[in-house]
Amino acid sequence: MPQSYPQDSVGIVTPQTIRFDQPLSLACGRQLDHYELIIETYGTLNADASNAILVCHALSGNQHLAGYNSADETKPGWWDSAIGPGKPIDTNTFFVIGLNNLGGCHGSTGPQSINPDTGKPFGPDFPIMTVSDWVESQARLADHFGIQQWAAVVGGSLGGMQALQWAIDYPQRLRHALIIASAPKLSAQNIAFNEVARQAITRDPDFNNGHFYESGKVPKTGLMLARMLGHITYLSDDGMRDKFGRELREGKLSYDFNPQFEVESYLHYQGERFSTAFDANTYLLMTKALDYFDPAADYGDNLAEAVHNAQCKFMLIAFTSDWRFAPERSREIVDALVAAERQVSYAEVDSDHGHDAFLIPTPRYMDIYAAYMKQVANDIPSTAKENH
Amino acid sequence: MRADLEIIQEWVKPGSKVLDLGCGDGELLAFLRQQKQTSGYGVEVDHDNITACLEKGVNVIEINIDDGLASIDDHSFDTVIMTQALQVMTRPDQIVDEMLRIGKECIVTFPNFGHWRARGYLAFRGKMPVSKFLPYTWYNTPNIHFCTFKDFEQLCVERNVHILDRTVVDNQHKHHWSIRLWPNMLGEVAIYRITR
Repeated sequence: MPQSYPQDSVGIVTPQTIRFDQPLSLACGRQLDHYELIIETYGTLNADASNAILVCHALSGNQHLAGYNSADETKPGWWDSAIGPGKPIDTNTFFVIGLNNLGGCHGSTGPQSINPDTGKPFGPDFPIMTVSDWVESQARLADHFGIQQWAAVVGGSLGGMQALQWAIDYPQRLRHALIIASAPKLSAQNIAFNEVARQAITRDPDFNNGHFYESGKVPKTGLMLARMLGHITYLSDDGMRDKFGRELREGKLSYDFNPQFEVESYLHYQGERFSTAFDANTYLLMTKALDYFDPAADYGDNLAEAVHNAQCKFMLIAFTSDWRFAPERSREIVDALVAAERQVSYAEVDSDHGHDAFLIPTPRYMDIYAAYMKQVANDIPSTAKENH
Repeated sequence: MRADLEIIQEWVKPGSKVLDLGCGDGELLAFLRQQKQTSGYGVEVDHDNITACLEKGVNVIEINIDDGLASIDDHSFDTVIMTQALQVMTRPDQIVDEMLRIGKECIVTFPNFGHWRARGYLAFRGKMPVSKFLPYTWYNTPNIHFCTFKDFEQLCVERNVHILDRTVVDNQHKHHWSIRLWPNMLGEVAIYRITR
C-alpha cells in the first residue's frame, strides 16, 4: 500500500456507524425497530446540503467506495476509479455518501447482527429486504445529514435499481439519477442464475439452514460455487477469450480432473477469496432483492406509468457486451421515460468487459460519466440564489 | 449559431416538444430550451457530440436512427427535426415516414445535389462533385443518398406529404432573390417544414 496517495485519491477514510431508532416497516410485513447503517463519506457537505451524492452498491458491494481504510489496505474502495478529486464524481465539488445496505455483511444491520428478540444472530431470520426498503432507509440517512434533495443518486446494476426506485418513491428528493448497467426487472434467465447460486449455498452441509455462525463453520463451498457462477455471467465470451483463452497453467494437459486451464484457476481463486469475505445469508438476501425488483408491477406492469411522477433527470449507461444486464434492458427504461415525457439521456459504451464494465474506467465511459456529472454540478443551486 | 439552425428555430413554437434526429453537439436544442422553453431529446451516435450534449444539459439518446425509433409513440412530438442528416440514412424515405409518424410536424434540411456547382463538376470534370461544402470523395462519403430539391418534392408527392414551408439558402445560409427564382440550380441547402 502506498505511503503517499495519488492526487486524485481521497486517501485514508474512516467509516462511521449511524444508529436509527425509528422503526422501519418493510415490504415483507415485518419491521426493524432499531438498525445501524455503516457509511463512508468523501468531500464536504455545503451549507445548504445541496451537493450530496448517494452511491448505491450492487450485489456484493459495500460502503467503501474510494480511498483506503488503513495504510495496510492494498486495494482502494470498489468505485475508486470514479470517485475522488478531479474524477467524474469530483469530491472537490460533491459530498459523497456510500453505505452498506441493510442485510449486508460489512457493518450495517444484517443477518450477522444480534436479533434483540433472541439474543442470537438473526441468520436466516433476518427479514428479506427489497429495493424499496433500502430506499426508505437511505431517505432516513439523508434526513440524518439534513439533505432535502440529493444532487444525484448513482448506482450500477442492483445499485442502479435503487436509483430508479428513488426517482419513483421520492420524486422531490433527487435532481439526477444515474442508472448504469441496470434493468427495470430481472429476466427469467437472470432469476435462474440467482437460483443456482442460492442452491449452491443452501445445499452446502455447512450452511445448516443459515444457522452456521454458532458452529464456527461457514458454507465455503456453496459461496465459492455461487461466486464462480456469478463471475462467469459478469464477463463476456470475448473478454474471457482475451483474458484466458485456452491457456494451461502447466503448459500441458494432465489427464485428470484438477484445474488445468487458466480460466479454471482464476474462478477458483475468485470463489475462494469471496467465500471467506462474504456472508452466505447476505448473499441469499441480495439475490432475492434483485429477483423481487419490479417497480412497474404496482402500476399494471406499465413502467412508463411507474416513472410518470419522477422529477429528476436520468442518465442511463449500458455496455455492449453486458449480457447479464444487456443494453436492451436499459433501453426499456429509456423508452418508458421517453413515453412518460421525463428527461433522460442514454449512452451505449463499447466494451468487452461484460457486466463488470461498469467498474472499469474505460476512456469513453469516464468521458460520459464526467460530462454528466458536470451537468449535475451545474444544477447545484448556488447559495447566493438560495439566500435571496 | 449555425445559420440553418437560426432559420429552423423560427418554425418551432414556444413550449413545444421537440425530437432532434442527429442533434450534433446539442446547439439547437439548448437554444430552443432557453429561448422557447421547449422540451424533448436529441438523438446522436457521434461520441464527442454526445459528450458535448451531456455537458450542456441537453437530453441525448444514443440510438441508431435507422432502426431505433420504433419504440416512440405516434404523434408524441410536436416537431421532429433532422438537419443535414437525411442523406446519410440507409433509407431516407422510410426515415421521413417515421418522422411524420412520430411528429405532428417535421423540419428537414439537406444539401441540394442539383446545385449548379455540383452539376457543373459532374458535367465538365466527369467526376463526383467534391467541394468545401461536400468535402468527401465517393468512396468515403457518409452521404450515401444525395437528392435534389426536385427529387425530395417528388417523394413528398408520392407519399402524400404536405410541404408547409420551404426555404432555400446558399452555403452561407443566406436567402437571395436569385435563389427564390431558380432554387434547384442556385440553392445549396433546403429547409422544409412538412406534415401529413
